Amino acid sequence: MSPVSSVTISLKINGRDHEIPVAACDTLLDVLRDKLGMTGTKKGCDMGACGACTVLAEGRRIKSCLALAASCDGRAITTIEGVGAADELHPLQAAFIRHDALQCGYCTPGQVMSALALLEERPATLAAIREGMSGNLCRCGGYPNIVAAIAEVAGL
Amino acid sequence: MSGHSFQYSRAANVDDARLQASRPGTAFLAGGTDLLQLWKSGAMTPAAVVDISRLPLDDVEFTDGQLSLGALARLSDVATHLDVRRYHPLIAEAILASASGQIRNMATIGGNLLQRTRCPYFRNEQLACNKRKPGSGCGALSGENRQAALFGTSPSCVATHASDLAVALAALDAEVEVLGSEGERRVPLRDLYRLPGETPEHETNLAPGELITGVHVPDATCFAGCSTYLKIRDRASFEFAIVSVAAALQIENGRIVTARLAAGGVAPLPWRLDRTEAALAGRALDAQAIAAAGEMAVEHARPLADNRFKVALLRNAVIRALQTLGSRS
Repeated sequence: MSPVSSVTISLKINGRDHEIPVAACDTLLDVLRDKLGMTGTKKGCDMGACGACTVLAEGRRIKSCLALAASCDGRAITTIEGVGAADELHPLQAAFIRHDALQCGYCTPGQVMSALALLEERPATLAAIREGMSGNLCRCGGYPNIVAAIAEVAGL
Repeated sequence: MSGHSFQYSRAANVDDARLQASRPGTAFLAGGTDLLQLWKSGAMTPAAVVDISRLPLDDVEFTDGQLSLGALARLSDVATHLDVRRYHPLIAEAILASASGQIRNMATIGGNLLQRTRCPYFRNEQLACNKRKPGSGCGALSGENRQAALFGTSPSCVATHASDLAVALAALDAEVEVLGSEGERRVPLRDLYRLPGETPEHETNLAPGELITGVHVPDATCFAGCSTYLKIRDRASFEFAIVSVAAALQIENGRIVTARLAAGGVAPLPWRLDRTEAALAGRALDAQAIAAAGEMAVEHARPLADNRFKVALLRNAVIRALQTLGSRS
């Protein structure tokens, strides 16, 4: 293909198919938030440092602010909108509430998406959870409670 | 965001990728984790990116002791690969000490080797940097240079190379497979990078359009159980090295037969400590040999105003890495 300034991509987001025209330099994060109105995924630093924008691509956690949308063409994406429901929270979401694992809540969607992927890796210790969650910052300092919530779901 | 936009194309195959990327202002896009940061900060303003992420270069193969990593293998897939963990733990350790879980799922082997420096002057388009803008000066030389290199620097540039993986691969004598207009060639990883000299904008010996297709690591059986990657950083995880050391020893009958030592965070490229390796050969791994190795590792270091602490840190990191191996052998 020759270089283009815009391209139409297909994404399966939370099980639903989308055809979306995007600019060549749009990030997946901006497409989710600004083109699709899915604002559950948050923009923090927009430089891959804070993890607020974490989503799953083909089941693996990634930072959507560093993912070029055009490069994600054809991928299955899971965002926080695809996790649990208002009347039926995912066990991890319920654990976050039970453990008071948030204050302002801005980083929480990214924390939950990242932790969902980490749980698939079966962390065996609290240290493994802390290390595994190092890509997600919480400026309210909720770390002990976040680790406790994940540990509960991990059965630790 | 930089306000600058670029065009996008997807490479149909490796030759198409190479041809497209040989056009001026064109950058390869693999995982994108560094390129997008560089673009957003204005440090790189490509006219076009060629998406190579779908090319079939993501295999990890282990045959007769030789490890081959496809350039597009994801860091997380390499670090969790059973043969890598078992036969090349130094590589797995170095990768797991890098970045975060999310980034390791995106970033690729080739992209990691070609990541650009974290020098704050390079990453900020407002500041002077000969690497980003030749002739603009080196802001770090007399400015904020806590992160700067100790070795291999020039008056033009004091930036470090940030890859952990490259340090481990340098210690293991890895080779990089490269595809160019004249076909494939193999380059020792150590020769992939250039010292800055007066042209810090030229960081590698790759020609425009040349594509790294894979990395080959020789048999490391002789270092079995006797290698370690020690990374010292400002926080416990998800941070670049201030100093790192990859160490591997082959010890027979209580004597070191082969020593491999490479340091990260201290030079514009992964810094093999050849003289220290040679001095260790033939000796027993005792306290005296370890202390001497630490001293020798920092000989000829050229610290700047704010990074003098790195000299002691490197010396002690070499000592600790060797002590760690000593406690295992």
